[in-house]
Amino acid sequence: MIAFLIKRLMHALVVMFVISVISFAIQSNLGDPIQQMVGQSVPESERAELREELGLNDPFLVQYARFAANAVQGDFGYSYFFNEPTTDVILRHLPATLELVIATTLIIVLLSVPIGVYCAIRPRSALSRLFMSVSIVGISIPVFLTAIMLIQIFAIGVDFSPFPADTGWGQWLNGALSTEGGMPSYGRGNDLTHLFGTWDSNFFSLEGLTYLVLPSLSLASIMLPLFIRLIRAEMLEVLQSEYVKFATAKGISRKRIYFVHALKNTMLPVITVGGVQLGTMVAYTILTETVFQWPGMGLMFLEAIQRSDIPLIVTYLMIVGLIFVITNTLVDLIYGLVNPTVKLTGKPA
Amino acid sequence: MTTTTTTPSRWKRFRNSYLVYSFKRDWIAQCCLAIFLCLLLGAICAPWLAPMNPYDLTQISILDSELPPMWIDGADPLFPLGTDAQGRDLLSTILYGARVSLIIGFGAVILQAVIGVTVGLLAGYLGGRIDAFLMRLADIQLSFSTLMVAIIVGAVIKAIFGGATYSAYAVWLLVLIIGLAEWPQYARTVRASVLAERSKEYVDAARVMGYRDRRIMFRHILPNTLSPIFVISTVQIANAIISEAALSFLGLGMPETQPSLGSLIKSGFDYLQSGSWWITLIPGTVLVVLVLVVNLLGDWLRDVMNPRLYKG
Repeated sequence: MIAFLIKRLMHALVVMFVISVISFAIQSNLGDPIQQMVGQSVPESERAELREELGLNDPFLVQYARFAANAVQGDFGYSYFFNEPTTDVILRHLPATLELVIATTLIIVLLSVPIGVYCAIRPRSALSRLFMSVSIVGISIPVFLTAIMLIQIFAIGVDFSPFPADTGWGQWLNGALSTEGGMPSYGRGNDLTHLFGTWDSNFFSLEGLTYLVLPSLSLASIMLPLFIRLIRAEMLEVLQSEYVKFATAKGISRKRIYFVHALKNTMLPVITVGGVQLGTMVAYTILTETVFQWPGMGLMFLEAIQRSDIPLIVTYLMIVGLIFVITNTLVDLIYGLVNPTVKLTGKPA
Repeated sequence: MTTTTTTPSRWKRFRNSYLVYSFKRDWIAQCCLAIFLCLLLGAICAPWLAPMNPYDLTQISILDSELPPMWIDGADPLFPLGTDAQGRDLLSTILYGARVSLIIGFGAVILQAVIGVTVGLLAGYLGGRIDAFLMRLADIQLSFSTLMVAIIVGAVIKAIFGGATYSAYAVWLLVLIIGLAEWPQYARTVRASVLAERSKEYVDAARVMGYRDRRIMFRHILPNTLSPIFVISTVQIANAIISEAALSFLGLGMPETQPSLGSLIKSGFDYLQSGSWWITLIPGTVLVVLVLVVNLLGDWLRDVMNPRLYKG
C-alpha cells in the first residue's frame, strides 16, 4: 500500500513538473516583462540593464528554477490587465466556478443514479428507451448550444403559435408551446450572501439560486447522458454476475439486490470515470461561463486570452493542472482502496 | 494476395457481408446515412447550390441584414432561411459553413488517426519502455480532457501568431489543434487490439519467415485492427466537429468572414436578445443534426462490428 501511494505521488509530481515546464516555456517565449514595465521612451541601453538586473538573460534552467521556486510559494507574478497578483485574481473568480460545478454535480448525481438504475432494471420498457434516445441526442448537442436554447426558451421566451387561436384546443396548444421567459441568464445577480474571504454565495437566497439554474442545467446537460449510459451499462453487467443470481436464489428481495448489492459494485467504475470527467467539466465551464457571462475562472481565462494577459493564462494553466492532478491521484487512491482486485504494486497489465 | 476464380469478387463479398445485411434491416441507420450524405453533398456542392457566395463582399448588402426566414412575416423570398447581421443569406452561409466544419472534422480525424495508430502500433507491438512511456503520455493528455487541451493549444498558438495570422490559416491550425488534442483515443484503442493480435500464430509465422517489424506491424497486424478503428473514427468525427464549433464559439476558431457552423452560432448569439433567433438556432440545428447522425451511425457500427473496445 505504501509503495502504491509513493508511486502515485511520484507520478503526480512528474506530471506537475511537466505542466510547469510547459507553462514556463509559454511565459518566457510570449511575455516580455520589460515592455510591460517601461514605456516607449526608455532607451535600449536601460532596457538591457533592467533585463540583466531582472535575470532575464540567465540560462533557461536558472530562470525556470526561479519560476518554480516562486510558484511553489504561490507567487506567479502580476496580471498585466488587473495589475495585481494573478493568484488574487484567480481566488476572486474561483468561488463562482466552484458554485457552478457544485450545483451541476448535485444535478448529475441526483438524476443520473435513479435514471441509470431504472434503465438497467427495465432495459426494454418504453421509458428506458426514451431515456436512452434522449441521452444520445443530449450528447450530440454542444454545451453552448444547449445554453443558448435554454436562454431562448426560459430567459427571452418563445411565442410559438402555429395553431388557430379562435378555438379552445388551439389556444391551449399555443400556450403549451410558448414560454414567458424572464429567467435570469446574465451573471450571478446582486443577491449574494457573503461567506468568507472572496467567497460570495448564490446558494442562500432564492434570487441567487435562480441565477444558478440555467448555467448549471446547461453544464449538466452534457455530462448527464454520459453518466446515465455508464451507470446503465455497468449495472447491466453487474446484474448478470453470479453473486446477483445467488442472491436471487437465496430469496433476497429484488429491491435489496438492486440497491444494496448491485448498486455498490456499479458505483466503482462510475467514481473513476467521474473523477476523470471533472477535467472535462472544467473545460466546459469555460463555454458555459462565456454564454452566461458567469464571472468565474473560465470567463476570466477567455478574457485573459483575448487580452494576451500571459501571466494570468499561465497561472490558470498551473492551477487547473494542479486540480486535475489532485483529483486523478485521489481517484486512483480511492479506487485502489475500495477495489481489492486492483494490483497495487504490480506493473500495469 | 491472389484471387482464384472460385472466390467471389470484392464487391460481391461486400454485398453479402453481415455489415450490408444488418444495414438493410435497420431503418435508423439508413435514415442517418441518407441525412449524412445529403449534408455532405450539400457541403461539397456549396459553390453551385448556394444562392450567393458569402465570401464575396460585392454580393452582400447590409440593408438586407437580420431578415427572418420565409415562414415569418417580413421575410424576403430571396433569402429562404433569412439573413444574418451582415446581410448574408443564411442558407448559403450554412452550406459554406458546413463545408468548413466537415473539412476540419475529417482533416482532424485523419491527423489523429495517423498519429494515434502509429503510436498504438509501436506501443502495442514493441511493448516494454516505449509502451510505458507512450501510454503514460496518452493517459496524462486524456486526463486533461481533449477540449481543454484544444483550448489551451489554440490559445497559445493564437498568442504566438497574433489574431490576423491565426484567422488566415485557421482551417489548418484547427486541424492541427484538434488532431493533436485527440490522438490518445486512437492510440489506446489500437494498442489494445494490437496486444490481442500480437500473440496470435500468424504473427509468429510472419516473424519466423523473417519479415521485418515494420512490415509485420503495418501489413499484418494493422488490417486486423481495422474494425475498432472504423468504429471510433465515426465517433471521433462527431467529436472533432463539436470541438471545432466550441473553439469557434470561444473565438479561437474560424473568423466571421469565413464562418464555420460554430462561428455562425457565435455571431448570431449577440443578436439573440434582439429577437433574431434564426441566426443562431438554424445553424445550431444543422450542427446538432450533423453530429447526431454521425453519432447514431457510430452506435450502429459498434453494435454490428462489435469490436472489443478498450475500456478506459
